[in-house]
Amino acid sequence: MAETTKETAYRLHLMVCAGTGCVSNRAFEVKEALEKEIRKHGLENEVLVVATGCNGFCERGPLLVVQPGNVFYQQLGLKDIPHLVEEHFLKGRPVSRLMYTPPHDKKPVPILNDIDFFKKQVLIALRNRGLIDPEKIEEYIARDGYKAMAKALTDMTPAQIIKEISLSGLRGRGGAGFPTGLKWDMVRSARSSNGGGKYLVCNGDEGDPGAFMDRSILEADPHAVIEGMVIGAKAVGATQGVVYVRNEYPLAVKRLQTALAQAREFGLLGEDILGTKFGFDIKIHRGAGAFVCGEETALIASIEGRLGEPRPRPPYPAQSGLRGLPTLINNVETWANVPLIIDRGAKWYASIGTETSKGTKVFSIVGKINNTGLVEVPMGITLREIIYDIGGGIPGGKKFKAVQTGGPSGGCIPAEMIDLPIDYESLTRAGSMMGSGGMVVMDEDTCMVDVARYFLSFTRDESCGKCTPCREGTKIMLDILTQITKGRGRESDLKLLESLAQSIKDSALCGLGKTAPHPVLTTLRYFRGEYEAHIRDKKCPAHVCRELNTYTIDERQCLEAGRGCDVCRRNCTSDAIRGEKNTAHTVIQDKCIKCGVCLDVCQFNAVKVD
Amino acid sequence: MPKLTLDELARMREQARKTTRLREGGAHRAKVTVHMGTCGIAAGARGVMNALLAEIDRQNAHDVLVVNSGCAGLCSREPMITVERVGEAPVKYADVNPDKMSRIFERHVLGGTIVSEYALGIGSEKTDYQKE
Repeated sequence: MAETTKETAYRLHLMVCAGTGCVSNRAFEVKEALEKEIRKHGLENEVLVVATGCNGFCERGPLLVVQPGNVFYQQLGLKDIPHLVEEHFLKGRPVSRLMYTPPHDKKPVPILNDIDFFKKQVLIALRNRGLIDPEKIEEYIARDGYKAMAKALTDMTPAQIIKEISLSGLRGRGGAGFPTGLKWDMVRSARSSNGGGKYLVCNGDEGDPGAFMDRSILEADPHAVIEGMVIGAKAVGATQGVVYVRNEYPLAVKRLQTALAQAREFGLLGEDILGTKFGFDIKIHRGAGAFVCGEETALIASIEGRLGEPRPRPPYPAQSGLRGLPTLINNVETWANVPLIIDRGAKWYASIGTETSKGTKVFSIVGKINNTGLVEVPMGITLREIIYDIGGGIPGGKKFKAVQTGGPSGGCIPAEMIDLPIDYESLTRAGSMMGSGGMVVMDEDTCMVDVARYFLSFTRDESCGKCTPCREGTKIMLDILTQITKGRGRESDLKLLESLAQSIKDSALCGLGKTAPHPVLTTLRYFRGEYEAHIRDKKCPAHVCRELNTYTIDERQCLEAGRGCDVCRRNCTSDAIRGEKNTAHTVIQDKCIKCGVCLDVCQFNAVKVD
Repeated sequence: MPKLTLDELARMREQARKTTRLREGGAHRAKVTVHMGTCGIAAGARGVMNALLAEIDRQNAHDVLVVNSGCAGLCSREPMITVERVGEAPVKYADVNPDKMSRIFERHVLGGTIVSEYALGIGSEKTDYQKE
């Protein structure tokens, strides 16, 4: 607090990204080094170093943004710091070698807003990213923090708040896309059976592989979630809230704890908030990291200390949730949107996005993509814009093949559909789903059968085992897929997979089971030829399923380019290569165990795989 | 920390904004560039910078941007500064010291009148990254 309210002006603010990605890239050490150098030059009263939440461009961490001016530095090492401080912050000469240079370019781009990764983003849930220190409530307040809450508590009735949320068109950002206003209205009109009040829950059980938006929001702007929850509490009449967050997110938990303590100290949580007589408080519940606990009834069971297993609905949590009381559950990102909708109005929010999907969505882009990171984009943006403009395309000049949206329960969308606009409906029509917003990009070297097998192995592992279709069905499907990738698939397998998938979808108890077949169904729909190649020709077109590969050596290439260098033979793990130095080498197919080492070590492109 | 009321929340917002507005790229009324090459620093540019920052606080003029840049090429006339009021031509001052800095701040940066006895001329060099 002392730093923020220091009475003299700073001329420079150095915004160091301290999201988990950059922290694991030693961002805190970079911050310390910056502070040390700044003191060395006697600049500590002129230059302020701020640790912010995730900037989003995780691929390039550790990151530093210099304000004013928005100068963007990336991949900072400790040895760069003395030079950077002396040149830029003392002498005013920005250091271009530490700036970002796009993959197909030679000239660095100094200003953050000019970088393609940031250009097309629209920040609502991530509005404060990189601009505030998440551990200082004053900085959140400076950016209009708790203004919407004050408005909701003093000037609005619960019905007005809910009407505003309904008109905004906000839908659940956890995946299912249920209209938020409608959900709030259900909880508001629900009667608590024994006069025990109502509960509010923030679902931060982020489980999709490759998705990290909830973590990032909690780390970068915990007060946004708290403010959203207080507004929701007033709307539905809840007095107690719970944030369910994975224990694997220690930084998110720590910053949320700090934020809760500050909010209580300032009277923005607890009894009689801002002197309005309205009272509400929030507890943190740390989950043990079960994927199924993202399902709302399983999450409630977990908070109550029972086994994290879903139960049949109805009754919905809106009628009977936590401890049998009406409970409003929304996802982290949904809550973070709420304050801005109340502050700026439903009309403003609804002006962004498509007919049925309003506002923005945060996506984590991972996989075979140049710019891995976290982005917030308006609904209706095309896959092409996300993958090529923001994501910077596919590394190594490879071809884009497919993108998996919605995590393990989503589907694979093929390259032909790259101009698909992203909203809830179009993704569902394509056989996938919005999910929490994970996007795994795949290039031509990805085998779609193997991808389906991978995701199914995830859902099989995470299945809680309560209902038979999910427990047994995912296991049988996984067995079939594994056989196919090993070249033991049968023609009848595809029909069996399809019928199994359909029955699991129709009969599983909760969302986990209902959506688990999606990766199989979409890959069968868009990449059937690859399944057939595995089954009929016993070949993996992407050469990923090693058991189906045949390794050979082009004798001419081996001799002419490599002069029979003998490296493959020496590295072969099963004595399956014949030859000696200065002669052409050959693979003895009977002995080859298809480990692929020869292909990896040959520097002359003489080893071929088919 | 006592609990906030509505008014105190609004007051706290105004106070905290003084710090954060620098980050937001919002409107500013003027930009002052202090040339801080080796020559500038040797001639006393740090003192000029400190005087400038102190003036900003004293006058509560937090919408004045302070930028440092390298040597402007006229090392014998350092310390130099460039004052750019929004919408007006940049003006360079030479042989600046903390006292002159305070006067320039009062009369030109805030008041809009060029202090011609200290001024070197109109114009400013552009660095590559400052494309505006």
